[in-house]
Amino acid sequence: MRLTLLLAVLSWIAMVLVDLALVFGEQNDMVIGVPQEASRFLLILYFISLFYYFNQRIKRFEDLDFINLLWKVFATGLVTTIIAFVIKMVLASISTSRLGQDAVWVNLLYHINIGLVSIYLISTFVVWKELILYQRSTQLIKRWNLFEYALLIGMFLVFFVEPYSSEFIISLTFLFLFGLFQSVNLKWVPYLNFKQKWQAVLLVLLASVYLYFFFDSLIDYSKAYPLINDLLDNAFILALFSFIFLYSVFSLLVILFNLPTSSVFEQKLVEALNFQRLSQSIQAGQSEEQVYDILIDSSMSAVYADAGWLEIYSSGDDCEFQICKSLSKEEASKTRKVLTSVKSMGNLLQKHELPTKKEHVGATLRDSSFKSVLIFPIQVNKSHIGNLVLLKEVKDGFNKEMINIVSTFVSQASISVENYELLSEALVNERYKEELKIAKRVQRALLPDQLHHNDSFEIVAFSEAADEVGGDYYETYNISDDKYALILGDVSGKGTSAAFNMSQMKGVFHSLSPLKLDVKDFLKYANQALGSCLEKHSFITVAYFIIDTAKQEMEFGRAGQCPSLFYEKKTERAFYFDTKGMALGMVRNEHYEQYIHVNKQRYEAGDVLVLYTDGIIEARNSQKEEFGMDRLAAVLQEHAEKSAEEIKDKLMEAVYTFCEGTHVDDDYSLVIVKFI
Amino acid sequence: MVKIEEKKETGYLLITLIGEIDASNSLELDQTIARALKSGEQHIVVDGSRLEYISSAGLGVFMSYIEDMKAQNVKFVLFGLSDKVYSVFRILGLDELLMIKADKSEALEV
Repeated sequence: MRLTLLLAVLSWIAMVLVDLALVFGEQNDMVIGVPQEASRFLLILYFISLFYYFNQRIKRFEDLDFINLLWKVFATGLVTTIIAFVIKMVLASISTSRLGQDAVWVNLLYHINIGLVSIYLISTFVVWKELILYQRSTQLIKRWNLFEYALLIGMFLVFFVEPYSSEFIISLTFLFLFGLFQSVNLKWVPYLNFKQKWQAVLLVLLASVYLYFFFDSLIDYSKAYPLINDLLDNAFILALFSFIFLYSVFSLLVILFNLPTSSVFEQKLVEALNFQRLSQSIQAGQSEEQVYDILIDSSMSAVYADAGWLEIYSSGDDCEFQICKSLSKEEASKTRKVLTSVKSMGNLLQKHELPTKKEHVGATLRDSSFKSVLIFPIQVNKSHIGNLVLLKEVKDGFNKEMINIVSTFVSQASISVENYELLSEALVNERYKEELKIAKRVQRALLPDQLHHNDSFEIVAFSEAADEVGGDYYETYNISDDKYALILGDVSGKGTSAAFNMSQMKGVFHSLSPLKLDVKDFLKYANQALGSCLEKHSFITVAYFIIDTAKQEMEFGRAGQCPSLFYEKKTERAFYFDTKGMALGMVRNEHYEQYIHVNKQRYEAGDVLVLYTDGIIEARNSQKEEFGMDRLAAVLQEHAEKSAEEIKDKLMEAVYTFCEGTHVDDDYSLVIVKFI
Repeated sequence: MVKIEEKKETGYLLITLIGEIDASNSLELDQTIARALKSGEQHIVVDGSRLEYISSAGLGVFMSYIEDMKAQNVKFVLFGLSDKVYSVFRILGLDELLMIKADKSEALEV
């Protein structure tokens, strides 16, 4: 860019020197060895480099609006005309003196004028180009490029055609018509708002004034002085003058004619922007109220409503005036009463359960200060959540276009609110999930890591919940050196409520265990404690064992829990303890005691005790067949010789293989005790 | 999935349970029994012959009304339970608290 500027300056200086030399030579009858063609050629070089310079310069202002572009024209024009004016004044003041008659001197000043005129014309030409090519299409650009080439050829005409010969006139007419043809591209004008249009008119007028000044002074020079290089003989310059003038005239006319309708165009732009705001409002993390706010604002401005409100049903058929514009709530409710008395509107204003196909109702009112009304039901997720009511003081105040635009606003707002609701639902769900995860961690911590035992038995446990949290529970307690309490419980139901009851069970176990109660008393007090705190239809099944390693005996009670499985090494058989018993919380009074059955079982080394919850035996495969007690016993019998850990693995493996592929929907737990 | 049918017969109300009762639909059973008790039924007979499965939540419903029935002197009888369903009642000890009969005629005799 600097290069082109430098080239422009250098070619201008060279041209000045050549021309002045020629003039000087003529004056003194000296033959200067430079042809006149050289100076013409330098002038063309000057034009082209100026053109490239301004062409590149304008790219830097690409994001400037039209007014700023026109302002550039005005500013360039101002500077160049002032300088040109000063030169003219200087010339006029010395015209009578000898210096004023000196051809070299006059030509020097005229060459400065050439430079200034060219700068103004070419820079304006580039701005006009920017305006014409505002909405670019391939055709338009092709035509414009042709025009530029034609102008380029026009520059070289000086070499071939005598000024003002018929060829010259024909070429000039051709360029003039071509410029006229380009000047109809005025698509930038409608994008100006009202105020900008007035500014544009002023700026274009000023640009034309400069144009006139330059043209006029060129004529003056041409008449008054013998010029070596008269710009008025240059077809390119004349074509530029005519084109810039034509485009200014066209712009002025079009802007003036567009003035009265500019408000419509502005309105459409605002509507488009509002539409964008409505659709973007959710992304900005706004709430429903803000969407409603934008909705009523943009709708009212779209239809020039005098008043309006937005009502949202709070509960049942009652509605709340969410936003009232240009009228008070009292006035709104008064007007609403008038509206509901008209049948078609009353029906629409009432909350309807089913989505209505009617998008709006418009009507003329009599007994109100508002003569026309437009109602739009707002439907979110197929349910009618409220209405938008627009009022005008004039009769028949709403036309079809207005109705269309508002209904687009309403549906866009509905989508925004829908999205908002979905998003907040998703957020709430996410939070619940997070809380459940915490609950799961807390609950996992309620199950013991270490199970009490001594050298005479191994013990392992396993528990898995169907949901995030479960209702199964196991724990041990070291009553004395050789006495251990073992409990496996299952809370009725599953999920969170089961998990809460499970933690209550743990509390009961921890309070009762240190009392070193026997099985009967433990179950009795546990029932008593839980009976007062469980909900009406909840109960807890437990298997409670006290293992006495000194006596090699276990005492146990089955409170509704699945019969425990026992493997007897001596007979190599696995069997269930078929005992009676009732779940804790079933009978919440002293009668519970009579349902407690305490049993005793001796054991030997190699025997295995398996406690399990019903999730294990009720695990179903894809054929809805249950794993069942028989399979459990068979698997135990097969692997009873292994360690407790291995037995647990084998049992779970058997359950998983059995119900392969199907989702386990109950909590299941296992406790294995292997006597050594 | 459970389907609960109610049929008013002379002298008793027949409730038929069809399908499976678990935590998700036990409320339906709860409402049926609550309604029957509220309307002052004195003899409620539950046909469980087409009940395929009942979870602990469903059993909790039966359990929760035992005291109310006793207080209102309501005869509440189940009959026709499959072995599998019956064993669930038995394991919990509910068989000792509820009247469970083999068939309808026995259920009506009580």
